[in-house]
Amino acid sequence: MIRIKNLWKRYGSIDVLKGLTLEVNRGEILVILGRSGVGKSVLLRHIIGIEKPDQGSIEINGTVITALKKNQIYAAVKNMGMLFQGSALFDSMNIEENTSFYLKQHGDPVTGKPFPPEDIEQKVKEALAMVGLEGTEHKMPSDLSGGMRKRAGLARLIVYRPSILLYDEPTTGLDPITAQQINELIVKTQNELKGTSIVVTHDINSALFIADRLALHRDGQIVHVADIETFMKIDDPIINFLRENLSNRPRKEPH
Amino acid sequence: MLVLVRKHSVRLLAMVGEYVSLVVDVLCAALVKPPAWHLIREQLYNLGVMSLGVVAITGFTTGFVLAAQSFYQLGEKGLAGVTGVLVGKSMITELGPILTAFMVTGRVGSSMCAELGSMKVTEQIDALKSMAINPNAYLVAPRFIAGIFMIPLLTLFSIIMGIFGGYLIAVYLFHLSPATYFDPMQVHITLFDVATGCIKSFIFGVLLVTVCCYKGMKTSGGAAGVGKSTTQSVVTSYVLILVADFLLTMALNMIHQEMKYDWMKGV
Repeated sequence: MIRIKNLWKRYGSIDVLKGLTLEVNRGEILVILGRSGVGKSVLLRHIIGIEKPDQGSIEINGTVITALKKNQIYAAVKNMGMLFQGSALFDSMNIEENTSFYLKQHGDPVTGKPFPPEDIEQKVKEALAMVGLEGTEHKMPSDLSGGMRKRAGLARLIVYRPSILLYDEPTTGLDPITAQQINELIVKTQNELKGTSIVVTHDINSALFIADRLALHRDGQIVHVADIETFMKIDDPIINFLRENLSNRPRKEPH
Repeated sequence: MLVLVRKHSVRLLAMVGEYVSLVVDVLCAALVKPPAWHLIREQLYNLGVMSLGVVAITGFTTGFVLAAQSFYQLGEKGLAGVTGVLVGKSMITELGPILTAFMVTGRVGSSMCAELGSMKVTEQIDALKSMAINPNAYLVAPRFIAGIFMIPLLTLFSIIMGIFGGYLIAVYLFHLSPATYFDPMQVHITLFDVATGCIKSFIFGVLLVTVCCYKGMKTSGGAAGVGKSTTQSVVTSYVLILVADFLLTMALNMIHQEMKYDWMKGV
């Protein structure tokens, strides 16, 4: 369970997060909607420990990560992963090296020993197959399209099976077909890993497809959180706009 | 005006604080859990082996110029015999360390800053953090270790090339005998001169690697930001190297004088 209490963050003279409070249940996909620039990505960066808040706390499975020192944070977020908006693949490494990076760095979380190379190879193959990128192992990130890079980023994430997955604008800038493939992959990953996922987006169709619950982020705060049905009935200018511009698509389970 | 000064002072202090914090973090990472050998080896190659050519040319040509200048300036006063000492002392205590540091800053420091800056603006450094990896330990520590080992070695190489370059000019162009060039060096170049060169090259290495990496890690603002950081890293490194050179020259000479005085009192 993730508990965020009264989170404040200021950049220069602008308060991006203003006392944000949110709870995310174990095993659910929570989608956070909001306009561009309201601080949705900043929130994810706080949850995974990249940023430190000016005030407030983030508790993840009983550990208050905002109270930890820098080196302790690295240990606390070992079981988390994030898909970045621009994929953030390491451009000096090929896809295989990118995907195996975490496994090579941290080894087996149970024994603490390095994985045998053949195990790493097998896990990388499985992860790439899951996102439909078989045969791209030796390609460099610059050789891939935007959609393929997103999928490679997802493979790098799922290969180490984190229990908390954060997705920053996973479908932004993609064509509708690729965006839908990514949506299906997020649901498929969730079904497989049984983890907790937080997805930040401003794509309502994508949100309706993947979410268990929806949250609306406005003015540095979460102003509404509810299941899809209740959320879409809320009388709020942004939700009204989303409702009017919605191309209704029911959630489907991926094959 | 006062507000502006205060604002800039606060920003400068914050920057110094961040820089010191990065250096401490890198030192801890390098000492407590040294980076993997393949990461260090890659940087040793980039920083050391790939810089040999440029350092050789710089040292060699500086040796040419020093020999020619000292011969023309001092020869007519009957002091052509000090050419070798002048070349040797200048290269060992001053020009070897500083020119090597400048060339490595231009060739490797700028590239380190641009590489890290580009990783920063494309969220690759954040990706490392999200995978529970300290970017200072993974990216900066190998460069730091390579810098403190390779820059003194490159300086030594530059000094040898400079003395050899000076020898070629003095002996083959100005027809001094090899003994006239080399013999006074054994008398006038002391252990203190060698220690000065070693200490300077080590400090310059630490400065240039940490400043360039710091600037890279603090890059923001996309491609334009990378360009700006790279320029700043080179300019800041040059200025700090020059300031450090003056301070080290003063400090080391004062210590040396003090030691000589104590020794003479003892006698």
